[in-house]
Amino acid sequence: MKNTALTATHEALGAKMVPFAGFNMPVQYEGVNIEHETVRKAVGVFDVSHMGEFLIEGPHALELIQKVSSNDASKLAIGKAQYSCMPNDDGGIVDDLIIYQLKEETYLLVVNASNIEKDWNWISSKNDVGAEMRNLSDNYSLLAIQGPKAVEAMQSLTSHDLSEIKFYNFVVGDFAGVENIIISATGYTGSGGFEIYCKNDEVQQVWDKVFEAGADYGIKPIGLAARDTLRLEMGYCLYGNDINDTTSPLEAGLGWITKFTKDFTNSEALKQQKEEGVQRKLVAFELDERGIPRQGYDIVDTEGNVIGQVTSGTMSPSLGKGIGLGYVPTALAGVDNKIHIQIRKNAIPATVVKLPFYKG
Amino acid sequence: MNIPADLKYTKDHEWVKVEGDVVTVGITDFAQGELGDIVYVEVETLDETLEAEEVFGTVEAVKTVSDLFLPVSGEIIEFNEALEDAPELVNSDPYGEGWMIKVKCSDLSQLEGLMTADDYKALIGA
Repeated sequence: MKNTALTATHEALGAKMVPFAGFNMPVQYEGVNIEHETVRKAVGVFDVSHMGEFLIEGPHALELIQKVSSNDASKLAIGKAQYSCMPNDDGGIVDDLIIYQLKEETYLLVVNASNIEKDWNWISSKNDVGAEMRNLSDNYSLLAIQGPKAVEAMQSLTSHDLSEIKFYNFVVGDFAGVENIIISATGYTGSGGFEIYCKNDEVQQVWDKVFEAGADYGIKPIGLAARDTLRLEMGYCLYGNDINDTTSPLEAGLGWITKFTKDFTNSEALKQQKEEGVQRKLVAFELDERGIPRQGYDIVDTEGNVIGQVTSGTMSPSLGKGIGLGYVPTALAGVDNKIHIQIRKNAIPATVVKLPFYKG
Repeated sequence: MNIPADLKYTKDHEWVKVEGDVVTVGITDFAQGELGDIVYVEVETLDETLEAEEVFGTVEAVKTVSDLFLPVSGEIIEFNEALEDAPELVNSDPYGEGWMIKVKCSDLSQLEGLMTADDYKALIGA
């Protein structure tokens, strides 16, 4: 199992460590509810250095990215980032990712830890255009500094005006006494803030300065458990749960990052699927009664027929009720539609709702 | 780690307090710590008579759900209704206000098969 450059720091903070995607990661420090609330109301820091980073460079970099990704990367500019996914040849998704345009012919692809090897092999297999590829995953660390107070709390650490960095934009500059840091206004929580990319040998200094600067703002370290409840309250897909090798981006509600303005892997079939309409859809639901939906629980109709499965579920710390995502036939996917979640012996009524669950 | 000496324990990380033929059951301090923030305790077996080792309910934490096993055979005569509105009592006071059920034990000899505080301490390596 791999460690991040901060594993000893997490252990010293008393974190409960768990294996996740081959990494020894902090799942919680103080408790998931308090950590969740810290990010919603103040500012919290996640070590998400397990994420993978690929550099794609050269005159054919964009060509390769356009081939493998569903979103239109030609819309990027230096300093902009884009959420995207990589469709496979069979209608499913290889991974979802963020693409940063660093320079004219240099792009950074940030992928899920569990998929680093699969993605690398996949992109390599599509690279018949001669783009240069480098896997930086083992050299780079990533801190997500998230929450409504992130901008104010971190401003003293950089000469860049953090309030000027718009959502899904980034700057490369000084941060916490280190040069050439990517400061990106992205995240997986819905509470605003930044993601900070730096080298492994710099991350301890960055971590320490971030906590120093954030002390007056109630900054806390946040584990993967709260990362999951935070992202689920926003309805952000998690690869391996809500999307995988067999789910189409259109079924998953990722039509907004599936752009038929260009050709990409399996784009013909996906275009046809869009025209014909999908058979099933990923829906968000709230339980009408007490209970907690969990991944793998059956979704049943009013007659008790199984119509799908829960792909992610939890007790929402912000809403105080059971929330989840799951695939159901398109006819039953409309907002306000009534479904049931089979929790052990009981079919608990639930309502299909619009995302996000948490509206701030 | 709090492991009161006057209680009995199970390998499923439950504690048992014996008063005559009525036993009070909850989960241990170790168990609540492993589960994390507890958000729901579901017991739908009130007034039922079950055998030892049968599932009498479930405890839901934010991240996981875990079955609750009956330590001794008997009738479930009481559920701690305070947990309906305040399941976090299991985290804050696992041996006190966070108790879960009372069971009228039908075979008191089963109590002898339970673990002592020292046995339990050894089990969890405390």
